[in-house]
Amino acid sequence: MIRITDLSHNLGTSRVLHGIDLTIPKGQITALIGPNGAGKSTLLSLIARLDTPLSGRIDVDELQVGACPTDVLARRLAILPQTPEIAPRLSVAELVGFGRYPHHKGRPTPEDRARVSDAIALLSLDGLAHRSLDTLSGGQRQRALLAMTVAQDTDYLLLDEPLNNLDIAASRSLMTLLRRLCEDFGRTVVVVLHDINYASRYADWKILSTPSCPLGSRAGAMQLVWR
Amino acid sequence: MSRRLIAPLALVTLSILSLFVGVTEIGTGDVLRDPEARALMLTSRLPRLFAVLITGASLAIAGAIMQMLVRNRFVEPMTVGTGQGAALGVLIVTIAAPGAPLLVQMTLAAATAFGTSLGFLAIAHRMPPSQPFLVALVGLIYGGIIGAGVTFVAYQADLLQYIDIWTNGEFSGILQGRYETLWLAAAVAGLAYLAADQFSILGMGRTVSIGLGLNYGQVMLFGLAAVSLVSAMTVTIVGMIPFVGLVVPNIVSRIMGDDLRRTLPQIALSGAVLVLGADILARVLRAPYEMPVGTVLGIMGAALFLWLLYRPAPRVR
Repeated sequence: MIRITDLSHNLGTSRVLHGIDLTIPKGQITALIGPNGAGKSTLLSLIARLDTPLSGRIDVDELQVGACPTDVLARRLAILPQTPEIAPRLSVAELVGFGRYPHHKGRPTPEDRARVSDAIALLSLDGLAHRSLDTLSGGQRQRALLAMTVAQDTDYLLLDEPLNNLDIAASRSLMTLLRRLCEDFGRTVVVVLHDINYASRYADWKILSTPSCPLGSRAGAMQLVWR
Repeated sequence: MSRRLIAPLALVTLSILSLFVGVTEIGTGDVLRDPEARALMLTSRLPRLFAVLITGASLAIAGAIMQMLVRNRFVEPMTVGTGQGAALGVLIVTIAAPGAPLLVQMTLAAATAFGTSLGFLAIAHRMPPSQPFLVALVGLIYGGIIGAGVTFVAYQADLLQYIDIWTNGEFSGILQGRYETLWLAAAVAGLAYLAADQFSILGMGRTVSIGLGLNYGQVMLFGLAAVSLVSAMTVTIVGMIPFVGLVVPNIVSRIMGDDLRRTLPQIALSGAVLVLGADILARVLRAPYEMPVGTVLGIMGAALFLWLLYRPAPRVR
């Protein structure tokens, strides 16, 4: 369970999050939906310790984000990066291999290699394992990145707009895969989505922010979550 | 498989060749019979060979690390201010404390190199990642400004001829007893190899680094320290050697990719081969006179770099 208590954050001088209290349940898919600038990605990056919140606290199970060592949190929680950030020339297998870094710290064991091939198989990347990332299509690259976060083998998976560069078929297969991760492997998934249809079809919980009731307002915070 | 043997074979061949190229003719048999030839080997030829190999390997590694830290393929320590920073440090010691021992020179050189590299990193991280050439260009200008500052100070202090020793690298002054600290550079490069995975992850950006539990700032500083130390030791003992840190990591990355744990040994090997080849050329071209190896590498490196820019990237490995 991810517990967010009285969380506030500014981007520049404007307040994006204002005293948020939220509980994200374990073993289910929670979708954050809403228009641009509503603070969804900000919330995600605060949970993933990419930014330090202005005030408030976030707990992932018994670990307090920001207070516990970052490598300990990396074995509990993974975040899917946005695709354009990845520049190096790596093969898919090498990229997915780096997902095991929090566990092996530079000395991969046979167990790590097994997890890597599991993740590659789960995302049906077998045929592409030795292709270089810069030769893949946007959708394939997205799958390779997701395979890396899956290989990280964490209870929690955070995904920031994973459907961004995908067509309808790829989007549906990705969401189906998230359902599998959650139902068959007991992972907790928190995903930022733009499309309410995907949210209502695949997510267990939705956290909605609208202009009249943004994440940033205290009044809205209580009625945000519904099943 | 046969491709993988090219670099080691070239290294062994060139190393042997290097031992028998010089003003004094030495045959293979002489080393066994003639005690004077043996002495020459031990005091001059072998130290020179070691210095060349260490310099080439560690500068190539430093270049690869720097490219990961900056996330840009077109930067290398000797052009973007690290080498110039080291020269500045040596110059300051020379003016302030003329008789200071080599270790003091080197320490201050490493410190100033660290400072100027930190400055470059701060500039580079504020620039749009979509414009890789802009970062490289700004790096060249930044390094050029510091280099100009070094020249100006040296001019004022009447040390112009002196700074040539550090800005134009060459190995003719390498003798037994005058290069051994370079082994420290080799040690630092070896130490950096232990963190190869962390540098590769750093090359994937901040989100991935933190997501995988890396202490982002700490790894960045460690990488910068390694690059600065290697550059400072090379500059104080050999002088600035351009292009190795740029060309070698780029060529290896084209062929083998960017997984540093796999590629760093190859990068080190290729860097050693390149500098050794250039050093032999520098000794042979105008024999019995020598050219600075930096000049030879400048020409070779520029040609290699143009080839690199215009050659289409291999699509499938």
